[in-house]
Amino acid sequence: MMNSLILQTATRLLLGLMILFSVFILWRGHNQPGGGFIGGLIVAVAFALHALAYGVRAMRKLLVLDPRTILAAGLALSILAGFVAALGPGGLFANPYLEGRWFVTYTPAGEKSFAIGTPVLFDIGVYLVVIGGILAMVQGLMEED
Amino acid sequence: MNWLVAAPILIPMATAALTGLAWRSVPLQRALTLAGMTALLLAAIALLLQVQHGRILVMQMGGWAAPFGITLVADMLTAIMVLVSALMALAVAVYSLGDIDPVRARTGFHPVFCALMVGVGGAFVTGDLFNMYVWFEVMLIGSFVLLALGGRKEQLDGAIKYACLNLVATAALLLAVALLYGVTGTLNMAELALRVRMVPNQGIVTTIAVLFIVAFGMKAAVFPLFFWLPAAYHTPAVAVQAIFAGLLTKVGVYALLRTFTLIFTGDTGWTHGGILMWIAGLTMLAGVLGSLAVRDLRRAWSWQVVAHIGYMIMGLALYTPLAVAGVVFYLVHDIVVKTNLFLGAGVVRRLGGSADYAGLGGLFKAAPLLAVLLFVPMASLAGFPPLSGFWSKLVLVQAGLEQQSWAIVAVALVTGLLTMALVGRVWAEVVWKPHPDGDIAGTAALPAGQRLALVAPLVLLSGITVAIGLYAQPVMDLSSRAAADLLSPEPYIRAILGEPPPPPVLVGELP
Repeated sequence: MMNSLILQTATRLLLGLMILFSVFILWRGHNQPGGGFIGGLIVAVAFALHALAYGVRAMRKLLVLDPRTILAAGLALSILAGFVAALGPGGLFANPYLEGRWFVTYTPAGEKSFAIGTPVLFDIGVYLVVIGGILAMVQGLMEED
Repeated sequence: MNWLVAAPILIPMATAALTGLAWRSVPLQRALTLAGMTALLLAAIALLLQVQHGRILVMQMGGWAAPFGITLVADMLTAIMVLVSALMALAVAVYSLGDIDPVRARTGFHPVFCALMVGVGGAFVTGDLFNMYVWFEVMLIGSFVLLALGGRKEQLDGAIKYACLNLVATAALLLAVALLYGVTGTLNMAELALRVRMVPNQGIVTTIAVLFIVAFGMKAAVFPLFFWLPAAYHTPAVAVQAIFAGLLTKVGVYALLRTFTLIFTGDTGWTHGGILMWIAGLTMLAGVLGSLAVRDLRRAWSWQVVAHIGYMIMGLALYTPLAVAGVVFYLVHDIVVKTNLFLGAGVVRRLGGSADYAGLGGLFKAAPLLAVLLFVPMASLAGFPPLSGFWSKLVLVQAGLEQQSWAIVAVALVTGLLTMALVGRVWAEVVWKPHPDGDIAGTAALPAGQRLALVAPLVLLSGITVAIGLYAQPVMDLSSRAAADLLSPEPYIRAILGEPPPPPVLVGELP
């Protein structure tokens, strides 16, 4: 932990911004550069910065959940996202694992306007796994001193 | 569409996630791991029943058709390997109930153990070469953590050697995969089988094949790339040693077996009959001599892991239907025996208070039934009839004699003889000789629950070894069918790429 007023003040501002930006990166990742992995890294960096400024205990408190729980929950979410494919057309377990299932809305003109599907759920799982994994490492490395 | 193909990945992965969520409660983690590994075993039995009549199960992940997506595929060899590894995972999960202390359990033994099994299962079912590299990485990361859990000085020493040398192997594997992709433009193993034959410069293919021998050979711990194994395997908890010795190097052998029967078959005289044959002989000799040179039970068994990899490589090097069937038989036999030996060494150490020959002895007086139980894997290792080790060596030696490869047969027999010497020495030092501190306590001194957890896996695995020995013919039949599928891979390729296989076009050859 570094006792720096500048770092602490900047971190308070940056933390929210970085998390917001990571959600944006996660969201645009389906069709453009970005996605769960890189978004998760940005969140992990934000929290690591907080740990540098305020100490690892404060970071852990801010995180509410243990990083390991976040990691496992993300893994479970990604696995479940693949299982949605089992409910697909043609009967139970007729389609391969991880096949995308989509909810699509159309404009009155018949064009696609909004689509959300199981790959997003999978990506959120990856996002959580990366956050949990990196923060578990940060916690383990910083708790020593 | 058959989701059973994905079960060897999904079941351990789901178990890893659940045990991770339950990280606060050690009993819950243990229950979940046991339930998960039991489910994996049931799925593996179902998988073997599905493929037993030559059916090949294929699933294109996410519905992306081969060769563009990742294909999961299960044929006879895959099903056998998944079944044996699931059995070992269950045995070790039971043993860990009595072996893994709550501190190790709280720092993540159970999730990481399951993650290791994800890597093992994934490497067996994948039909994509890059995906196979990824599963090797998963196994590697899992094994780093398991090696270092506990944090004793000698463990960290072993973990660092293991990590450095395995990272070199992983880099070599990635390089080999990248070069092969550069030459053929595909990573799907079935399509690779068709395309490598059409590469105009076959010399490059052979060069890449040798790079694969280096990469997978390092994972399989063959001569001269095995040094990481005896440096690291004796350091972690017994349950971890056992699953490493049983499965990790054999996944390397599986990868060699798969790629060198499916993809790299263009220049078998050089790659199989030349390089692999030399590697096989030297691995056997180096391993068995190493095991005779050390005076520590766990180190001796570590060197024996290396020695017996040599037999499997010998079968692949001979490259006849009988020899390849022998490799499959040997894999089944060796996985069971090596896991059993390490678990047994753990019990011996607990009773005798040491792993060094000098500090051991008196086992027969203290625990005669346990000594008999330990005799089964040791005798099978040395190749006493009628145990599994005898039949598997017999098949390989017979295959060698048919090919008139006298030298390798001689090396195999000498190695068997020296292994017998080692087994006799271990028997004399550990079981017959009086213990230096006088009488030691038998298994009755252990708490009842712990005794059950430690001895039940030994009974199960020794039982399997005896059963394979007595019913060698059914196992040999399965191995022969697996070998026949490996040596005529057209149905495998058709099952993945569809029928008829599209005429492959080489990148860069278009007008």
